[in-house]
Amino acid sequence: MSGHRRHQAYWAFIGHRLSGLALAAFLPLHFLALALALQGAAALDEFLALADMSLFKLAEWGLVVLLAVHLFFGARLLFLELHPWKRAGDSRLGWIVPSLLAAFLIGAVFAVRVV
Amino acid sequence: MHAPAPKTLAPKTLAPKTLAPKTLKVRIWRGREEGSFCSYEVPARDNQTVLDVVTEVQRRHEPALAYRFACRVGVCGSCAMTVNGVPRWTCRTHVAKVAEAGAITIEPLRNMPRIKDLACDMRGFFDKWQKAGGRFSGTATRAEPPAKVDPANPRRRAADAAIECINCAVCYSACDVVSWNEAYLGPAALNRAWTVVNDERHALRRTTLDLATGEGGCGNCHTQGSCMRHCPVGISPTESIAGLKRMSLLSFLVRDRDAAEAPAGARAEAEEAPA
Repeated sequence: MSGHRRHQAYWAFIGHRLSGLALAAFLPLHFLALALALQGAAALDEFLALADMSLFKLAEWGLVVLLAVHLFFGARLLFLELHPWKRAGDSRLGWIVPSLLAAFLIGAVFAVRVV
Repeated sequence: MHAPAPKTLAPKTLAPKTLAPKTLKVRIWRGREEGSFCSYEVPARDNQTVLDVVTEVQRRHEPALAYRFACRVGVCGSCAMTVNGVPRWTCRTHVAKVAEAGAITIEPLRNMPRIKDLACDMRGFFDKWQKAGGRFSGTATRAEPPAKVDPANPRRRAADAAIECINCAVCYSACDVVSWNEAYLGPAALNRAWTVVNDERHALRRTTLDLATGEGGCGNCHTQGSCMRHCPVGISPTESIAGLKRMSLLSFLVRDRDAAEAPAGARAEAEEAPA
């Protein structure tokens, strides 16, 4: 990554953007699954059978982590934009790593309950 | 009784005077948009700034090398360049802090057309300062006494925090949104807009807010924070832009009475103001 981008806030931007794009890519699949219900129970059951595959469960775990990353990084941005900054330049960089840890913690809880 | 034997001191090992290489390899961009890097070698010296290096190359190796500088002490901001991929004031950048394996790479600032070598065309950058409504328009005449401004007023404090910008364009060069969106006004222009919308003497606060939140305005900022990270004077344009976003939202929900009282036709006047 180019020199001027090597800092925490930029990594947070990348994380927020990539997680958002991945979630946006997931949404059509989500709606497709829901739409299968309109075609009858058999079509939906056939699709849901895929959900028992290990690869599918891994993808679900990734989805949960991405959702959590997007939520926490988005909350930081909203806080920065809606709340007056206490000190000049205090862009809440200290929230970034805990946000990631919290996202993976949520992912761990999900993995324990699902697997 | 014997006196304790005097301690024998081990001879001091002299540290080597310097670990830096004797010469510094410098890659400098030559040309305009099309061009290439040329390599030079200059003597490595203690307390050597990047601007010293560029000057040495121009005086001893490449008299036609074009670059800008003026004060050489971090006041004017005209010597900003890209050093090893990071926009910096070259007069305040010590080679020892940025050299990688005894080498540095120097380019013009990003996001502006290159005129020649290390000099870029900053007209677009300054035009955006005007487009963001950054021109101050007073409410009083010369005949009136100076306005009494309370320095503890929160709005004045917000303006003070952002007022020291000298338009060196380091933030503008560091911003990726400027690279992606040509219409984006950029951190410096929006930071200036933030100072004047917080200035109670400014007659066109509503106009400035409208311009700073319109097309290419603060809504384009992705809060990457590179402007804040690289600002040589420690200003936080990210914070100023966040303030503009907050103010525009509040003015949408609860129309700002003070700003709404700007003189009729103020917007047209601001747009017609000469650059």
